[in-house]
Amino acid sequence: MCGIAGLHLRDAALQPQLGSLLQTMLCQAAERGTDAAGVGLYGDPSLNPAGRATVCVIESPLAAAEAVAGVERALGQPVQGRASGQTTVFTAAVDPALLETAVRTALPGAVVTSRGENLAVLKGTGHPDDLATTFRLADAGGYQGVAHTRMATESAVTSTGSHPYSVGPDQCMVHNGSFANHATIRRELMAEGIEFDSQNDTEVGARFVAKQLAEGADVEKALRLLCERFDGFYTLLVATENSFAVVRDAIACKPAVVAETDQWVAMASEYRYLTGLPGVENARIFEPEPEVVYAWER
Amino acid sequence: MGTLTEDVVQETVTEVDLSASSVRDLNAALHAEPEGSTAGYRVVHPEGKHSLAVGLNRPVTVTIDGHVGYYAAGMNQLATVEIDGNAGVGVAENMMSGTVLVHGDASQAAGATAHGGLLVVDGNAAARCGISMKGVDIVVGGNVGHMSGFMAQAGRLVVCGDAGDALGDSIYEARIYVKGTVKSLGADCVAKEMRPEHLDELTRLLEAAGRDDDPAAFTRYGSARTLYNFHVDNASAY
Repeated sequence: MCGIAGLHLRDAALQPQLGSLLQTMLCQAAERGTDAAGVGLYGDPSLNPAGRATVCVIESPLAAAEAVAGVERALGQPVQGRASGQTTVFTAAVDPALLETAVRTALPGAVVTSRGENLAVLKGTGHPDDLATTFRLADAGGYQGVAHTRMATESAVTSTGSHPYSVGPDQCMVHNGSFANHATIRRELMAEGIEFDSQNDTEVGARFVAKQLAEGADVEKALRLLCERFDGFYTLLVATENSFAVVRDAIACKPAVVAETDQWVAMASEYRYLTGLPGVENARIFEPEPEVVYAWER
Repeated sequence: MGTLTEDVVQETVTEVDLSASSVRDLNAALHAEPEGSTAGYRVVHPEGKHSLAVGLNRPVTVTIDGHVGYYAAGMNQLATVEIDGNAGVGVAENMMSGTVLVHGDASQAAGATAHGGLLVVDGNAAARCGISMKGVDIVVGGNVGHMSGFMAQAGRLVVCGDAGDALGDSIYEARIYVKGTVKSLGADCVAKEMRPEHLDELTRLLEAAGRDDDPAAFTRYGSARTLYNFHVDNASAY
């Protein structure tokens, strides 16, 4: 059991409230998992300042101030950083790939949880309510966000085992369920040279989707391919810089509800996460059909 | 000639606001009603909370003003529970008697394992509606999702819209009536003749659900009874 919540804003006037709305959803989802939690935030003005790349890490071997100095030395450019609980966030006015390389050089052993120009992934182990405070989630803004609360089943309770998984630029996946054949697919991807950060089954799904996207598929096609290749139980919420998508396995074992208004699209494991959203009483509410990919574009 | 005065039974309705009271308070109050009580309750601000009005065993009437979470009206006996919104997973699961009305959509496993009573869903019901039903009557105004009526043992499932994949898989003696299309039938489920007694019972069920659909427009589905006893030739069908 895990909890998923996501919010894709259509009305720009709501953007300053993204974090507070998502926090309400995340805290409701805590009843489906208190081992770990995480959020993926798109377009927060301080996590993703305009014209700058953002790279997030967990398990940094250095405290935030030392880490920022180290990354700055490796990059040869000014770097800004902040600690958000177990996650450290770096931004710099360079290409995201350059910042990622500098972070990996300066912080051996750290695990990169996101890289890009629009996304920051903050995650860790612990109770979702406490983590939301360390993420400063209530103060965050942006145009879309995903959230996850974890009850660990397929891998240990570690910060690398927490969701969201972001393994490609500005991509993000959260998962409720368990993949049955993830070890087989992991071996296949590793044989192609793809490296993994954790033992978690969801990371295999995220790597698979990232590979399809890198090879030119759109999100809808990537998730249809995932449905063909992966066995097991899954409700997935996948976000990219400009899309927000939901898919469930053929049995649709894990819960999912989608609500849509002119102002926003929201997805949650249970309806009650959505009750704090403005205008939810008039939203179009439905349950995603099995193996149908629902995608919304910005 | 004297004035005729009618005895007017003044029904008092107790309002429970779940933004102020807990679900436990609500259920405890409902469970504390004396035998035979026909008290009325109105629940406001349910906000998708789970386990509302569960385990009732008095002929009370509960109206819930909004969407409810999991297992609403579960294990119901005698009570009438009316949900003016959508219902989450397992509405009226294991109901024994009474009536549960959902004016919106229902999530998965509506009426699961229910032994008796009537469940009406005005909108759509998701996957596994009436799974393992054991005598309940379920009337769905819209569509039902995949694997509805899975291992249904007794009772009637009426679908006024369409049914998803694997309808009535491994069904026993429940009867399913579908007005629209069936995406696929499950193992051992077949279309059957509508005899006069089936039209009669369907007419009564539609009436009980307050619907005016034409019973003649429905197709009956039930068990082909080929999987009741293991036979090696059927091994692949299990």
